[in-house]
Amino acid sequence: MAKRLASWDSIIILLTLAVLVIASLAVDNFGTSRNFTFMVLDLLPIILVALPMTFIIVTGEIDLSVASTLGLTSSLMGWFWNQGLSIETIIPLCVLIGAIAGVLNGFLITGLGLPSLAVTIGTLALYRGLALVVLGDGAVADFPFSYTGWVTGTIADGAVPNVLILIVVLALIFGVLLHATPIGRSLYAIGANAQAAHFAGIRVARTKFWLYVVSGAVAGLVGVLWTLRYSSARADNGAGLELAVVAAVLLGGVSIFGGKGSLPGVLAGVVLLTALQNALRLEDVSGQALNIVTGALLVLSVLLPNVISSIRGNWQRRKLRQSAA
Amino acid sequence: MAEASALLEVQDVTKSFGAVAAVQGVSFPLFGGEAHALVGENGAGKSTIVKMLAGVHQPDTGTLRLAGNDVTFAGPADAKAAGIAVIYQEPTLFPDLSVAENIAMGNQPLTRLRQIDRKAMHATAERLFRRLGVHLDPTRPARGLSIADQQLVEIAKALSSEARVLIMDEPTAALSAVEVARLFAVVRSLRDEGAAILFISHRFEEITELCQRVTIMRDGKHVATELVADLTVDDMIRRMVGRDLSALFPKQTVEPGEVMLEVDGLTREGVFRDVSFSVRAGEIVALAGLVGAGRSEVMQAVFGVDPYDSGTVRFQGKRLKPGSPRAAMAAGIALVPEDRRQQGLIMELSIERNVTLPRARKLARLGLLFGGAEREAALTWTQKLQTKLGSLSDAVGTLSGGNQQKVVLAKWLATGPQLLIVDEPTRGIDVGTKAEVHRLMSSLAADGLAVVMVSSELPEVLGMADRIVVLREGRVAAELTRAEATEESVMYAAMGQEVAA
Repeated sequence: MAKRLASWDSIIILLTLAVLVIASLAVDNFGTSRNFTFMVLDLLPIILVALPMTFIIVTGEIDLSVASTLGLTSSLMGWFWNQGLSIETIIPLCVLIGAIAGVLNGFLITGLGLPSLAVTIGTLALYRGLALVVLGDGAVADFPFSYTGWVTGTIADGAVPNVLILIVVLALIFGVLLHATPIGRSLYAIGANAQAAHFAGIRVARTKFWLYVVSGAVAGLVGVLWTLRYSSARADNGAGLELAVVAAVLLGGVSIFGGKGSLPGVLAGVVLLTALQNALRLEDVSGQALNIVTGALLVLSVLLPNVISSIRGNWQRRKLRQSAA
Repeated sequence: MAEASALLEVQDVTKSFGAVAAVQGVSFPLFGGEAHALVGENGAGKSTIVKMLAGVHQPDTGTLRLAGNDVTFAGPADAKAAGIAVIYQEPTLFPDLSVAENIAMGNQPLTRLRQIDRKAMHATAERLFRRLGVHLDPTRPARGLSIADQQLVEIAKALSSEARVLIMDEPTAALSAVEVARLFAVVRSLRDEGAAILFISHRFEEITELCQRVTIMRDGKHVATELVADLTVDDMIRRMVGRDLSALFPKQTVEPGEVMLEVDGLTREGVFRDVSFSVRAGEIVALAGLVGAGRSEVMQAVFGVDPYDSGTVRFQGKRLKPGSPRAAMAAGIALVPEDRRQQGLIMELSIERNVTLPRARKLARLGLLFGGAEREAALTWTQKLQTKLGSLSDAVGTLSGGNQQKVVLAKWLATGPQLLIVDEPTRGIDVGTKAEVHRLMSSLAADGLAVVMVSSELPEVLGMADRIVVLREGRVAAELTRAEATEESVMYAAMGQEVAA
């Protein structure tokens, strides 16, 4: 139990709860249902993209192209709409295109064996460039209200946003996959020691390939949701989102070297980041200061787990030495 | 030869790693103008001696004497400064630097402006190559040089630092006959200039050709130091392996059943060639041979972890899909790999996760791993193998070597295999656990399991195996029955010597 309490994901979960409680007491309007809806809408893209990103980082890889995939599907959505396609066709098409963007990443990384950091920095530029080719610096805004209204609306016009259902369902699916299925077990094994995983019959390359496909598909879906939320398809939608996502995943206790981390931790990391930003914005803190807070949190999230584990390591060594003596 | 003027003397040195004594009380002198062979089986302690002379390890007790004075090397730099140079089997050059830069590494000549003096650097390299009588372009990058040429660069490097003691750890293992001849010409000329050479090799014809004196080691102990001229190859081999075959290895006699595994003409270019053998149920077949003979590589190709170029692997009569460990596992094959830390276990993960990793799919209910199915399976198997552990949720890296090996065995026995491949099953584990592992293998075979064991330990091979397939340089050199196999016959086959009558 002591071990459980000292682990980074439980620390971050407790910290998040503390921030939520303090903010609702100390910050005017933080606890209102209106603000809650806004916060959930702000959370939406980060949390959804963070789900497959967690899987990818657990296997020791990374996908930095997600925000550009989002931008690409957003512009394509606008372009398709202008071509007169129905929204019911456009949405699955955009998810499929996101998945295809993921296929390219996955092929370059697992088929050709290129480093994921380099590949996805490349496709980050590539997909954003394609988005600009498709839509230029224009915007498409006349999406049907039945869809845009659903994304920003709440259940029975109450306090619970419609998209929260989507978040909960997807988080549950990814959480169960990661923590209670053979696939989840193999992801940790791959991240901790790919060679030993290979010797245990795990198909390392194939698994990683599909993670990139899923990551692309989710980014495509988020591109659709983003476009509907702001009623605006633009090539620069979601620019820079990949950094917020990676920050949240690392803050949630996933090791950038792979093999460690949990989904509850990541969810707490996303909520912590968004809640802090939301509270500070309500207090009229400037955008620059917000960036400083985000950056500092990220550095801390990488630093603290190391400090904690070295303290714990010392403690265990001392215990071992005592029991040996 | 002037017996009194030993350039370097190893005096009664001992070195232990944990509970394992790698070297115990070994002494021998190295004379200037003489090549001295150091021979022994795998694990006899040769490499540990080399590392102590190179300053990588410090002896626990005993001393090294250089020209009559005691010396201690705090690190490789000290050994180098004392004039000791080591040429390893795999040279360690900087591939992107030029040959001359590699030679000058660490003591580059400088111009008056404190810049590196390239002209002097190249001149030095050329002078050294002339002295060695070889032709190499000092300006070309080290990348792309053959192993033999890389060794010559290493030797030139050693000469540039005025080394008087040259230690060569299996330098010829990767060389062709022509390259060996050229290397020997260089070594002879250095020897005749007064350098002391310590030469480690498994090839006896090289030792008799090059060396004047030989030190034989066995199990970390010094057996003899003699003039090579006074010994025959037979004498050397007998002293290397001669020890009591204890009753530690109790293989029960089992009537072999049907053929389980048939390997036919298996070839992987540059690694092994035309390897064929079969294994029956209830049988233990050992793959013996020297390190680097391709034993592990063959078995990894059989299991599908590595690819192969041609040949077939049949299991219970059906052809096994190449390159797919998953297919091999589904057919009923398990592989306990050689390298526990890199291949067998995931050190940061818990014991429980490690034991159940290959079987997670089978343990899942409706695809889910809720409840205690994993814990239960892990508990059953770790108890069956009497693994000493604190909690199943501890990282497997916290266990001792012997218990880690039991976890690997548990992990694979839990899959219920019909063929168990074990690669160096008792390497680096204590004697007690070793006996347990042997008993386990024997009883598994008695229950009808087919076992293939790769082992570098001759007593283990002779004690456990029903049949022995000896590999040499990637080919099957001999297949011996239990009755035919002796330490000598296996070693002869492994080293490519004719069996002496």
